[in-house]
Amino acid sequence: MHVAHLSLADFRSYARVEVPLDPGVTAFVGPNGQGKTNLVEAVGYLATLGSHRVASDAPLVRMGAERAVVRASVAHGDRQQLVELEINPGRANRARINRSSQVRPRDVLGIVRTVLFAPEDLSLVKGDPGERRRFLDELVTLRAPRMAGVRQDYERVLRQRNTLLKSAALARRHGGGRGADLSTLDVWDQHLARHGAELLAQRLDLVAGLEPLTDKAYEQLAPGGGPVGLEYRPSSETAGARSREELYEVLMGALEGARKQEIERGVTLVGPHRDDLLLKLGELPAKGYASHGESWSYALALRLASYELLRADGERAGGEPVLILDDVFAELDARRRDRLAELVAPGEQVLVTAAVDDDVPGALSGARFRVSDGEVDRV
Amino acid sequence: MYEGVVQDLIDELGRLPGVGPKSAQRIAFHILQADPADVRRLAHALAEVKEKVRFCGICGNVAQDEQCRVCQDPRRDPAVICVVEEPKDVVAVERTREFRGRYHVLGGAISPIEGVGPDDLRIRELLARLADGTVTELILATDPNLEGEATATYLARMVKPMGLKVTRLASGLPVGGDLEYADEVTLGRAFEGRRLLDV
Ligand SMILES: Nc1ncnc2c1ncn2[C@@H]1O[C@H](COP(=O)(O)OP(=O)(O)O)[C@@H](O)[C@H]1O
Ligand SMILES: [Mg+2]
Ligand SMILES: [Zn+2]
Repeated sequence: MHVAHLSLADFRSYARVEVPLDPGVTAFVGPNGQGKTNLVEAVGYLATLGSHRVASDAPLVRMGAERAVVRASVAHGDRQQLVELEINPGRANRARINRSSQVRPRDVLGIVRTVLFAPEDLSLVKGDPGERRRFLDELVTLRAPRMAGVRQDYERVLRQRNTLLKSAALARRHGGGRGADLSTLDVWDQHLARHGAELLAQRLDLVAGLEPLTDKAYEQLAPGGGPVGLEYRPSSETAGARSREELYEVLMGALEGARKQEIERGVTLVGPHRDDLLLKLGELPAKGYASHGESWSYALALRLASYELLRADGERAGGEPVLILDDVFAELDARRRDRLAELVAPGEQVLVTAAVDDDVPGALSGARFRVSDGEVDRV
Repeated sequence: MYEGVVQDLIDELGRLPGVGPKSAQRIAFHILQADPADVRRLAHALAEVKEKVRFCGICGNVAQDEQCRVCQDPRRDPAVICVVEEPKDVVAVERTREFRGRYHVLGGAISPIEGVGPDDLRIRELLARLADGTVTELILATDPNLEGEATATYLARMVKPMGLKVTRLASGLPVGGDLEYADEVTLGRAFEGRRLLDV
C-alpha cells in the first residue's frame, strides 16, 4: 500500500499542509526544526494511533489550536481509501473512513501500515526490556490484529492477579482481616497462562522469523560486523516449547514454582511481561558492549528486518507497509548510505528525511520535497 | 453550586451509575420544569420499587414476592440453572425465549481490582441449590469479558466434583451485522470458539 495524499490541519507545527505523494522513494529535506519529522510522525499516527515520539496526544496539536486533523488518501492496489483522524486531547478521538463517520478510531488500524525508524529507536538496543517487548508486541499485532485483544486481556489479568497478590501480601504482613482470600488465584493462573502462552507463542514465532532477516540487514549496513543473533529470554525456562499448548503447561508449572515467592512479594513474577529479547552482536550482548555506531546500525537492522518480514507476509497481511526512515543518513558514511539506498529502492513507498541534500544518497531516485518553516514544496 | 434542595437533587442524581455532573444538572432542571403530576409519578415509582421489589430468596433475581416469577413457575425445568451476573442479564436471556430452566444471579463477577471476591457473590447459595441432585446442568452465562470468564472458570472448578454438565455460552459475532463489519478481535474470538456443524 502507499499514501497518495497527506493533509494535516493543526498538527504539530503545521496550521495546514497538503502533500501529494507518489509510490517509490520520497525525501523530505530541510534544516533541523523545520517540520520534517512532524510529517512522517503524522503518517505513523494513522498506522498506530500513537506517536513514536510522545506517549500522549497533547503535543501533537498545534500550539493554540483545539484539535488536529490527519487525513490521508491511501492506495491498496487500485483501491483508494480516505482515512481521517481527529485528535482531541483529553477527549475521544474521532475517525472517518471514506467520509463515513460510523467508525471508531481503531477501525482505522490496518489501512495505513508503516515501519518507522527514528533516532529514538536507539533505545531498542540500549533501553530497558520493556522497549524490546513493545517492539515485539507491536509487530505481533501488525501481523495478527486479533492479538490486540490478547494483549489487552493479558494486561488486565496481570492487574487483577497483582491486586490479589498484593492484598494477600499485605494481609500476611499485618495479619488479620480477610483480604488473604487466595481461593481464586488458581483461576487467575489459568487465565494468565492462557493469554500469556498465546502471546509467547506469537513472540517466539516472530523472533524466529526476524533473526535471519536482522542478520542480513546488519551485514548489509555493516559488512563483516556481525553476526547478529536474537535470543528470546523468557522469565521462566521454556525448554523448547513452541506451541500454545506446550507454553501453557510451561507457564502453569512456572507459576506453581513461583507461588510462594509471589505471595511474599505481592507481584506476578512469571509471564511474558517479564521477558526480554537478547540482542547479540557476535558473542556479546549489544547492550552494554556495542559502540554507538553498532547500536545504531542494530536498531536500524531490526526495523529493516521488520519491514522485510511484513513484505514477505504479503497481501494476506494487508499489503506492503510504508517504510519511514527519519534522519537515517546523517549517521552513515557514503558507502553505507548507498547500500541502504539500494536496500530500500524496491519498496512500494519509502519516506525519508534528511537535513541537507548531500546526506541523501545519489542512488536514491524519486521525489524530493523542501521543508522549510511550515512549507512543504516539491522540487 | 445551587441553592439547598436543588443542589441536593443534583448530588443525588449524580450518584446514579452513568450519570455525570453535567447530566445530573440537566436532569434536575428537567424535573424542576416538568409537570408536577409527572414528577409525582416518578417519585411514586421510585418509592414503590424500593418498597415492593425484593430479591428472590432462591435465585437472587428481582421479585415482587418471596420468589421471582421464574422460580414460581412450575413449568420451568428445575434441572437446568443458568448462572448470570445481574438481574438485567435474566431479562436479556428471557427475551430470547430459548431458555426453559431457572436462573441464579451472582450479583457481579470476581474482580480483585474492584474488591470483589467469591464471598461477595451468591456462590454459597448456588452450591446449596446444587446439593440435592435435582440440578443436572449448569449454564455459565457470565459476561464474555475477562472477569466473567474468570468467574465461570472458578464456578466450573467448584462444581466439578458434583459431576454436573457444565456449559459456557459461546461468545461471538453480533447477529444482524455483516461479517465484514465485525472487528478483528470479535471475529478472532469467534474463530476460537467455533463449533462442529452437525449435518
Ligand atoms: N504542538 C506544536 N505546536 C507548534 N509547534 C510545534 C508543536 N510540536 C512541535 N512543534 C515545532 O516543530 C518543530 C520540530 O519539528 P520536527 O518535525 O521535529 O523538525 P525536523 O525538521 O528537525 O524533523 C519545532 O520547531 C517545534 O517547536
Ligand atoms: Mg527530525
Ligand atoms: Zn428466583
